[in-house]
Amino acid sequence: MRGLRLVLAVVRKELLLEWRDPSRLTGLLVFSAALTLLLAFAMPGVHVLPDVAAGAIWLGLVLASTRSLDQSFRTEVENGALEGLVLWPVPSLVIFHGKALANAIVLLLVAVPLTALVFVLYHPRMHGSVVDLGVVLTLGCMALAAPGTLVAAIATQARGSSALLPVLFFPLVVPVVLAATRATTLVLEGDPMDQVGAWVKLLLVFDLAHWTLDGLLFSRIVDEG
Amino acid sequence: MSGLRAHELSRRFGNRWVLVRVDLEVPAGEGLLLLGPNGSGKTTLLRCLATALKPHHGTATFEGTDLWAARHALRDRIALLSHATRLYEDLSAAQNLSCWAAMGDYRPDVPALLHRVGLDGTGSKPVRAFSAGMRRRLALALALVKQPRLVLFDEPFSALDPQGREVVGGVLDELRGQGATLVLSTHHASLGARFCTRAVRLEAGRIAWTGPAAEARDVVADA
Repeated sequence: MRGLRLVLAVVRKELLLEWRDPSRLTGLLVFSAALTLLLAFAMPGVHVLPDVAAGAIWLGLVLASTRSLDQSFRTEVENGALEGLVLWPVPSLVIFHGKALANAIVLLLVAVPLTALVFVLYHPRMHGSVVDLGVVLTLGCMALAAPGTLVAAIATQARGSSALLPVLFFPLVVPVVLAATRATTLVLEGDPMDQVGAWVKLLLVFDLAHWTLDGLLFSRIVDEG
Repeated sequence: MSGLRAHELSRRFGNRWVLVRVDLEVPAGEGLLLLGPNGSGKTTLLRCLATALKPHHGTATFEGTDLWAARHALRDRIALLSHATRLYEDLSAAQNLSCWAAMGDYRPDVPALLHRVGLDGTGSKPVRAFSAGMRRRLALALALVKQPRLVLFDEPFSALDPQGREVVGGVLDELRGQGATLVLSTHHASLGARFCTRAVRLEAGRIAWTGPAAEARDVVADA
């Protein structure tokens, strides 16, 4: 119970930081919207847009997440707050889960308007329910946030963190992007072979693996002295 | 009960030893003044004692418990005030204190803490708009959230006006009164000697002199 309370305290702090400086979230929304728009222009014709709608959503989210993760840890290293957190009587695992949960929430806050924009620009079909889409987006954002939090913690301790973060992050989340895009495509275009459940289960496995193993690695990284 | 004890404490960065076989003993409730030129290892010593750095050789104990081995349990009782203020720039003073307190499961009287360091009335102003002295005072308030038993202050008087120094002095007196063990690193030897009984001077990571804090003023003046 204490652990959950501390995780929520870390989440509250992260969201308060976003609230006090809304330009960060606004920047993410503008960035992902611009990317989606440019991607639509780069396609060979309007007729292919519905087919690539799911890919556009997840490409926008993955690229926006690198910016959001970088920002999230920049506030921690600005005045040595990350070391302060480690020296505070809060377990590293709690810091990881709090930060990862906050990063997932920020990603979801980007995902909702981004998905709406993709519907406006790409005109995808919508065979599944909004709830199904919401489940896939939530699981996908969580599966991006956990490894992203770990990688951002590693990158911020190195010089040239902005360049290092995507180099470490993208290979790690390729399976997540693949599963999330396939699941989203099936929700949008219909699922005659009943495959979406398998992709959602795969996303759940990624979530479980990243939210447990990455947390343990995070503890080793930030508290090795 | 024994206070703080270090035995042959050593730490290197890469191949360079910045702390070499440092022996210290600070009885519980007493203060140690840490002196020495820039780069002599004072901050590294404080960071080792705060469990921010793992010593590469030697041990440090607090109240009989190995600091590094029991760091997760002991961090609840240790406060490090360093050059890094640990503050979140976009949050107000009260938000900083309440967020940090919640993350450690503490329930301090935030308005009283802000009043104690003379920062009541800063309202919702973000820390980004604070002066260096105000940040220092807020960092001091943050260190008090824990009600620490081991207080490690690195240059607590820097960037402060006379009024700010008075605030820090008052807090240090209060902490000593509550029985906290204190290690104070400062270039203001005469100021620091008010709160400490013993003094140590570091040079190139080694102890070059040790004696009563009252005599430390002369040592520094000669340096």
